[in-house]
Amino acid sequence: MFDPTSNPPPFWQNGPAPGAFYNFPNTKSGPSDEFQHSQAPITTATSIVAIKYATGVIIAGDLLGSYGSLARYRNCPRVLQVNENIILGAGGDYGDFQYIKNFIEQKIVQEECLDDGFKLKPKSLYCWLTRVMYSCRSKFDPLWNNLVIGGIQDGEPFLGTVDKLGTAFTDKIICTGYGAHIAVPLLREAMEKNPNMSKDEAKALVEKSMEVLFYRDARSFPKYQVAIIDQNEGSVIEGPLVVKQNWSLAHMISGYN
Amino acid sequence: MFRNQYDSDVTVWSPQGRLHQVEYAMEAVNLGSATVGLKSKTHAVLIALKRASSELSAYQKKVINIDEHIGITISGLTADARILSRYMRTECLNYKYSHDTVLPLNRLISTLGNKMQVCTQRYDRRPYGVGLLVAGFDDKGAHIYQTCPSANYYDCKAMSIGARSQSARTYLEKKIDELHNAPLEDLIKHGLRALRDTLPPEVDLNTKNVSIGFVGDKQPFKILDEDETAPFLALIEGEERRGGGGGPPDAAAAPLRDEAGDQDAPREPVPQVAMDTD
Repeated sequence: MFDPTSNPPPFWQNGPAPGAFYNFPNTKSGPSDEFQHSQAPITTATSIVAIKYATGVIIAGDLLGSYGSLARYRNCPRVLQVNENIILGAGGDYGDFQYIKNFIEQKIVQEECLDDGFKLKPKSLYCWLTRVMYSCRSKFDPLWNNLVIGGIQDGEPFLGTVDKLGTAFTDKIICTGYGAHIAVPLLREAMEKNPNMSKDEAKALVEKSMEVLFYRDARSFPKYQVAIIDQNEGSVIEGPLVVKQNWSLAHMISGYN
Repeated sequence: MFRNQYDSDVTVWSPQGRLHQVEYAMEAVNLGSATVGLKSKTHAVLIALKRASSELSAYQKKVINIDEHIGITISGLTADARILSRYMRTECLNYKYSHDTVLPLNRLISTLGNKMQVCTQRYDRRPYGVGLLVAGFDDKGAHIYQTCPSANYYDCKAMSIGARSQSARTYLEKKIDELHNAPLEDLIKHGLRALRDTLPPEVDLNTKNVSIGFVGDKQPFKILDEDETAPFLALIEGEERRGGGGGPPDAAAAPLRDEAGDQDAPREPVPQVAMDTD
């Protein structure tokens, strides 16, 4: 094959010119100063339902990670205990939530390393997350989430929320996503009738809301988790709980095909 | 020219394991006028003796507020103290902006300590020539911290720094058991008495040369003005001064001056001062 008497074949042929890899025709080469941030979430989680009752806060969220309208992942927990006095729930992009969860955990670890007896307070985390979300949206690179922060501060229950634009408010009832349309009216009505709800009443109410949301929200899932923080009993995450489904009425529904 | 072979640079060790430049910086604190800090379980109080650099100037400010819940008094180079107080204010504001709550004292002091330590370990820096007494109130109660140019800091029940401050510390040591449960007024009285013990016999406290600041639970850090200081001075007036000082009560108190000889006798020939200390 190789004949030492003739001229050797060219060392480099049919490849990119040295120093200019992948020099395809009709394209601009070299670095571009354009940059496109994500403008839509990918794997999403739906509503969060949260209420403040007499001595604590409840936050509930189902376990579904949707890929558009596809029910893609069925075990995506998105309520968590941040520390002894804070619980958190998140809807929206699940990847962004995992990123946020990660740096909240880092913050807690850093604080534990100081070992000075000071624990992050719910209002502090709420304020801090507001700053984070707002600064990200101001770089046109929002973290695509609705965050709900609950906790006990100075013996009082606290409930607040931040969205992807950094808009933040506190309320007795907070629902995000589809829940803001479906669950809020139910919760408000119940709250007006019974302003000083006990833990069990509040829990029953949240479970009812999750059931209604499961029937009405096409991106929801019958398995969900509930985080409860209480002045007297501390915080727990319950679940997965299951919506008791009853489709006996289904055959009577017609006209939607 | 040098006192010693190993003091030309902050970073140079002496064979005895000492950093002479840092130790000299510690001496700057003793040149400033005395200041006292003390606390009970509900309040922290700062009392400072002010000096005027000349007949024509006002008395130099000694108590600086940092945030709602923190104030400091200084002894040493005033200019250095200004830099440190600006840093502390910035830290408190940033924390409040991001966490919607006040910065715990121990965290502020440890970041301040870290900032000051850098200056003791780099050949192109010099230690801050100022000592601070930091008074504050947070979720863990009232605090008095002392910081040094060596970047050490101490959590104190009561402390005094500055010229002739040993007499004030002696007073505070004697009264330390009374302080914990003392009401604010008694705390201020103890502070004034301690400060008075640092004065030479011919000088007494007056509204011009005393500065009082305090902070407590739901009591933002407050610096008293001259009118507000007067009633507290009246409370300890006429008491017999320790060490037989006191002088005739109606003798006009001579204003304190840098050159008034109210500092310890120079231990050895001192060069012309490069910077004013207060």
